[in-house]
Amino acid sequence: MLKVENLRLGFTAGKQTLAAVDGVSFAISAGETFALLGESGCGKSVTAQGIMRLLPAAGRVLNGSVSLDGDELLSLSEADMRAYRGGRMAMIFQEPATSLNPVLTVGRQIGEVLERHRSLAGAAATERMVELLRLVGIADPERRLTEYPFQLSGGMKQRVMIAIALAGEPELLIADEPTTALDVTVQAQILDLLSKLQAERGMGMLLITHDLGVVARMAHRIGVMYAGELVEVASRDAFFSRPRHPYTQALFAALPEVSRRGQKLTTIPGQVPVLSAMPSGCRFADRCRQVMAQCREVSPPWREIDAGHVVRCHWRGEADEAVVSGHVVTDLNIEPGRPFLDVADLKVHFPIRRGLLQRTVGHVRAVDGVSLAISAGRTLALVGESGCGKTTVGKALLQLIKPTAGSVRVGGSQLVGMKAKRLRAARRHMQMIFQDPFASLNPRMRVGEIIAEGMTALTRDADSAAQAAAVSALLKQVGLPDEAAGRYPHEFSGGQRQRIAIARALAVQPELLICDEPTSALDVSVQAQILNLLKKLQEELGVAYLFITHNFAVVEYLAYDVAVMYLGRIVERGRAEELLRSPQHPYTQALLSAVPAPRLEARTAVIRLPGETPSPANPPSGCHFHPRCPQAMDVCRQRYPETSEISATHTVNCHLKG
Amino acid sequence: MLAYIVRRLLYAIPILIGVNLITFALFFVVNTPDDMARMQLGVKRVTAEAIQKWKVERGYDKPLLINEAAAGLAVVTDTVFFQKSARMFVGDFGRAEDGRDIAREIGARMGPSLAIALPTFILGLFVTVTFALTLAFFRATAFDFWGVVLCVAMMSISGLFYIIGGQYLISKVWRLVPISGFGAGLEAWRFLILPVLIGVVSGIGSSARWYRTIFLEEVSKDYVRTARAKGLPETIVFFRHILRNALIPILTGVVVVIPLLFMGSLLTESFFGIPGLGSYTIDAINAQDFAVVRSMVFIGSVLYIVGLILTDISYTMVDPRIRFE
Amino acid sequence: MIGFQVVVLWSDILIWLLVAAGAGVGVLIAKSPPLLAAWRRVGANRVGMASATVLLAFVLIGLLDSLHYRVQMDGKPGQKVTYAIEVLSVLDALAAPLRLRNEKTYSEPFATRLYAKETIDLPGGGTVRDYPRLKHGGKHLGEHENEMLADAGFTALRAAIVGFLAWLAVVGMATAAVNRESAAVDVTGWQKIWRGETAFAWNAVLITLGLILLFVVPLFWLAGSYHVFGTDKVGQDVLYQILKSVRTGLIIGLVTTLVMLPMAVLLGIVAGYFRGWVDDVIQYLYTVLNSIPGVLLIAAAVLMMQVVIDTHPQWFSTAAERADLRLLALCFILGITSWTGLCRLLRGETLKLRELEYIQAAQAFGVSNWRIIIRHILPNLMHIVIIALVMDFSGLVLAEAVLSYVGIGVDPSMTSFGTMINNARMELGREPVVWWSLAAAFSAMFILVLAANLFADAVRDAFDPRAV
Repeated sequence: MLKVENLRLGFTAGKQTLAAVDGVSFAISAGETFALLGESGCGKSVTAQGIMRLLPAAGRVLNGSVSLDGDELLSLSEADMRAYRGGRMAMIFQEPATSLNPVLTVGRQIGEVLERHRSLAGAAATERMVELLRLVGIADPERRLTEYPFQLSGGMKQRVMIAIALAGEPELLIADEPTTALDVTVQAQILDLLSKLQAERGMGMLLITHDLGVVARMAHRIGVMYAGELVEVASRDAFFSRPRHPYTQALFAALPEVSRRGQKLTTIPGQVPVLSAMPSGCRFADRCRQVMAQCREVSPPWREIDAGHVVRCHWRGEADEAVVSGHVVTDLNIEPGRPFLDVADLKVHFPIRRGLLQRTVGHVRAVDGVSLAISAGRTLALVGESGCGKTTVGKALLQLIKPTAGSVRVGGSQLVGMKAKRLRAARRHMQMIFQDPFASLNPRMRVGEIIAEGMTALTRDADSAAQAAAVSALLKQVGLPDEAAGRYPHEFSGGQRQRIAIARALAVQPELLICDEPTSALDVSVQAQILNLLKKLQEELGVAYLFITHNFAVVEYLAYDVAVMYLGRIVERGRAEELLRSPQHPYTQALLSAVPAPRLEARTAVIRLPGETPSPANPPSGCHFHPRCPQAMDVCRQRYPETSEISATHTVNCHLKG
Repeated sequence: MLAYIVRRLLYAIPILIGVNLITFALFFVVNTPDDMARMQLGVKRVTAEAIQKWKVERGYDKPLLINEAAAGLAVVTDTVFFQKSARMFVGDFGRAEDGRDIAREIGARMGPSLAIALPTFILGLFVTVTFALTLAFFRATAFDFWGVVLCVAMMSISGLFYIIGGQYLISKVWRLVPISGFGAGLEAWRFLILPVLIGVVSGIGSSARWYRTIFLEEVSKDYVRTARAKGLPETIVFFRHILRNALIPILTGVVVVIPLLFMGSLLTESFFGIPGLGSYTIDAINAQDFAVVRSMVFIGSVLYIVGLILTDISYTMVDPRIRFE
Repeated sequence: MIGFQVVVLWSDILIWLLVAAGAGVGVLIAKSPPLLAAWRRVGANRVGMASATVLLAFVLIGLLDSLHYRVQMDGKPGQKVTYAIEVLSVLDALAAPLRLRNEKTYSEPFATRLYAKETIDLPGGGTVRDYPRLKHGGKHLGEHENEMLADAGFTALRAAIVGFLAWLAVVGMATAAVNRESAAVDVTGWQKIWRGETAFAWNAVLITLGLILLFVVPLFWLAGSYHVFGTDKVGQDVLYQILKSVRTGLIIGLVTTLVMLPMAVLLGIVAGYFRGWVDDVIQYLYTVLNSIPGVLLIAAAVLMMQVVIDTHPQWFSTAAERADLRLLALCFILGITSWTGLCRLLRGETLKLRELEYIQAAQAFGVSNWRIIIRHILPNLMHIVIIALVMDFSGLVLAEAVLSYVGIGVDPSMTSFGTMINNARMELGREPVVWWSLAAAFSAMFILVLAANLFADAVRDAFDPRAV
């Protein structure tokens, strides 16, 4: 149905044009899902925009052909192209929050498409809109039509986006990272919806994603992109059982998962080449384990391995016999001793002010009675979806946000309510690594100054020679060259910046590092590097981690203990192997089963949660989870469940286990 | 939403008090009434009696803040501050140097001011928004480029030049309309057309360029891409999607000046001899009539604060996010 | 050798302080690569550099006009040395012919005779009503008044050639500089400049400089024998007035921003960083100031200042000093009424910055608040401050003209674009029209403001990545 041939797309910068997509060809037939897989900056989104002819202002179609059912799209006039856009082909985007017009009602935004492509208006259009909203699983569609996007949750916005896309009855749906901005449980809902709709309507779908799990869940065929080129195209079976391109294999090897606990993850050294300095031979050559002399000279041609499985690679080997080296320390080596960090009944409430006099009418209970403990050298993972309060816990531990109540004891001293002067001294025991490596380093300071800042603030010895030596030792420890100290953050990639942030935190020799989603902004291969580094540092320095994350793969790989948070409270905690093998709380169970696995075999039991996390300003009565719980009972609506012990190290707050 | 507006209204009170205190300090503390009397009567050869007489005539002979000689409430009310500053809250502005009641004068002069300022405002807004929208529509073309060049050139020209040049060319050389003056009733349009035209033209440069920036910022937003992905024609994308969102920031700058239109324009009115509040202010400045200047400062602030409140209200109308708060 | 006494006016101090500060900031910028990179982007912007060249020419005039002195009076030896009441500047000395060659009243540009007829005594007795000859304009022509055009044209041509030669010399130096920077043999420096391949926009600078030289050299050459822009009511040369107005405009445009800068930056950052009651107080303060319409607040303040000045004549030893202090007071008043916008902007930006993770990282180390403000917040606000500085300049120059017209601007004795316009505007009613004073003032102001606006755009584009 859709045929893309030798598509080249570029961006103009000054007088020159750089090709961001360089000769991509593929085809999608009706009812088929073709996934374009790749890391950031490899040109997959640009490809999608090129097909829709929605490139940004600097974008240019250099050459190639895109045809839908034999109609060439690239030679159409802009006016004719509009009949296709939103009509025979539709697109949904990554950020549902910004992709809807904030000042128009939902009905208006869907109605536009009906009017444009189906010539529907008035009552007929309203009827169709209600039908569409119902189709995408929105309850009470009549009311929702008159609402504005800000009144909808993230998942609902994406459903509205899908309804807009479906309104024109498209033959081809292009989904550009449709679930990347959503929580796992909501992601599962949206993916279910998309595959159901596709099957019912026999739509072709072009799915753009970086997530191997989503690919495994959705795709029929997969194309792997690297640096603007397709490098491997295969069916789902072949892709997951016999990936042939070294890049594809490396992507799989870099995934953290439970089976790799105690092993070092395989990483891809270096980074994707920039557009202005593309190698003339194979573009992956510089980072490839199997690189040969001819790779650097001749760009490899397509080679057919099986029917429908093609690869662009000179190397004819089969699987990558990766050398697996283990980490020295595993969780079995360390027995939980006396807790180094002890948190009891921590609460952070933000007041809601309303009305004439701005009186406090309620509280957002961001953190509502969290207790946890970490002993030296161990890793506790705090898991939960967005808005559950996990980041607030991290900041409240460091006293960056003042806790409303509760106690935080570090090495025996109470931090809550401590005087500013003494608090400063206590801070050296605990440091934080932030999520966004681009916002966590001051762009106006040299890397050396950034790393030294903590030392000057905490130790107050102004020996600059000793400091310079310390900075260079730290840089070495996190795997950066010495000369990095004199450079500025913008000269480094995301992964390197995260290394700098880690060095900064280590500079004061803390016993505990709070890692707030340190890898969620990074590509898989870079994530693997950072995870390896964190493991290595733990072995060398015996530092403990509080690892705040929503990513179960990372938890499985890294954590000794796990605590699951829902709406400001911990609902289940235990040793990682216990909790992951036999989750007790229905929420933990659902969360685990919602994570799409990057494997061929399907999950046995899939638990789908309805709805989304409610607002912490107004949590449901009784057990916070009961409105979404598949096993909710009467008692769940009335009372918050007590903590029940499953084993000495495993506890859960659920009436089912009480 | 009502609570929101009431809160904004209440918030205006301390601000007005602040304005009142500042004007009081400026007019009575920086210089004593004696200084002002000396100034008014001529610095040289002025007797103490003349100063005292001047002060008594205008009520400046009382103590500034607290009248220790008085009894009861009069301790605070029989003072310069209460009589001259605090009473402005109830619309009592006192008398000008020529003995006329300032409040009445203001009432009479608002009409002519508004007759110029309102058409200038409406026409100017229409012209600049249209121009900016056209520039944004043809963005990154030669038209856009030269349009921006024109804007920068126009905003680099002194406002005085527009008035002097326009008056000279249209009234003196071409003799199309009278140079200056003001008429009552419908005949007034002959006097109004030139100042309005000049007012509109002199404002185009900076506002059109600013609006264009706002439009271009909206153009790059994600929802615009969604609208295009629906296959909507570019005109609908602009008028339905972009214009609506861009109106929100434009409103901030626009609504706040509406009440200030009553104040008229200093330059235009004095050049065209229009008996409005602008020329009243200028005359007062030139005659060093402090009572009038003080009153105008206070009224201007009141109108500005009214503008702020109107802005808040207009937000609730165009932005559903605030309306449903 | 005539003795003289150096006079340092307050505004001179501020202007030279500004120059020093500019040099200091330049050194700082050279040490900070991110800022240097931004300025390099400005340097690569052709329009920006062309306008910077024009601005530099104006600044040069302003600086020459900021070195003041008083000439020693002739006196008998042994007597106490006295100095002239008149305060002069280096510019006055350089432009002495322009300053001293006053006519009786109006005369057109390049005129040899006065604008109005007068009764002239004929040498042989009797009188005639005619346009009298000018005392200075075109004097060298003698009887051959009708050759004025040819003479002026020829003089201009000669001067233009000199200007062109001077330009060639500058081009030669630039080429040499470019050549030394790059060792490329195949392209010469000249070719690189001409094709716009240099990192610095040399071609724009050189072309602008060429135009300036081709215009200015003939202009001043001719000014030696003619009143190129005519003379005003009291017969003073208009070109001289324009030159004197430049300094006034520059002071208003620069000193005002510098006066308000410390307050706006400090209060804006403090309000945004500490929030709470500090924020409430500062917000209240600027809302109150902001709610008084600007012109009225300025009018009220200037009126009060006038009273102070007029009632204390003993404070000032010369008229120049009084005018100078009044100018500075005007700058302060403008500064106090205009800091609110920048303060609000900085507060908003600080609110955003303080939530950034690198600030939180610093807080996690227990770095003190003031240290965070100085090391983390201030450097990341610098671009806004720089943009505000250059953006405000043109608005202030325009405002000066309006305020002086309204009567609340600079001292009437001080030459500025505003006073020039104010003095000349009534003359449009005459027949024939006296247009030259107005035209010259408006044109000079237009060139200055346009250059400032274009330069401001270049700076904003380079410093603010978000700007369109």
